[in-house]
Amino acid sequence: MNWNSAAEFFAMGGYGLYVWGSYAVAAAFMLIEPVLVVRRRRSALHAAAAAE
Amino acid sequence: MSSSPTRLFTFAAPSRFYGLAGALTPWFWVATIALAAAGLYIGFFVAPTDATQGEAYRIIFIHVPAAWVSMVLYMAMAFWAGIGWAFKARLASMVARAIAPTGAMFTFVALWSGAFWGKPTWGTWWVWDARLTSYLILLFLYLGYIALVEAIDDTRRADNAGALVALVGAINVPIIYFSVKWWNTLHQGATISATVAPKMASTMLTAMLLMTLACWAYAFAVVLTRTRAIILERERHADWVATLAREGSKQ
Repeated sequence: MNWNSAAEFFAMGGYGLYVWGSYAVAAAFMLIEPVLVVRRRRSALHAAAAAE
Repeated sequence: MSSSPTRLFTFAAPSRFYGLAGALTPWFWVATIALAAAGLYIGFFVAPTDATQGEAYRIIFIHVPAAWVSMVLYMAMAFWAGIGWAFKARLASMVARAIAPTGAMFTFVALWSGAFWGKPTWGTWWVWDARLTSYLILLFLYLGYIALVEAIDDTRRADNAGALVALVGAINVPIIYFSVKWWNTLHQGATISATVAPKMASTMLTAMLLMTLACWAYAFAVVLTRTRAIILERERHADWVATLAREGSKQ
């Protein structure tokens, strides 16, 4: 185990801003993109149904 | 060979591919979550602190996987765009278009995490060295491809024009890869080589490979879903889509 406390974990040895700044942006993109593609497929299906 | 043509190209039919992709996608999501959980756990709780960079090096577990995947996705996009152009294969062109936004996303993540790694270790967010500059061009190639295919109304012409850009731009990928060898760059050389034993602790390597597989599973899940959306958009007048739409928006 590398960390003695949660505070130590979040501090990342003083590099917290850089480490979490990297992962936060990656996580945000990788949560938003799936939502967008799932919505795109649903709306394409609805558009096809409406065109009937 | 004699009996294979029909079987080989069965899933080149958008209707067949749509079903296959839909069946596979949930498994890619499961793999994404499992691999990312394992990779992040090992990366943050098992891998030791780096002797020279302290904890800042842990950015590697998202930076390198994102960069690798973004470059291979570009080659895949150029390949399928080229196949779609050369053989008038509709599905191949749709897959190429579906790959582009995800490739651009990973490219941005690698640039962003690289800047956040460069600041504490190099003292600068950005430097115009060969690796960073050629990699920034990769982002512009993705964005240029997307802008071009979206700007042309005629689907076929848009796909073909996009294929030309994607194929010409593919020359940039080996340039990115070899940039750290060909030029004197601030960016370090390759972390992993096929010919030399890894220069990093095995737990660090394990975490990085797990995160790479997680990014791959993610890319497959998102690209397959986007391909299905594009199939529905383009084939909305086909009978099978009408049947599907009538059944409701289940799958």
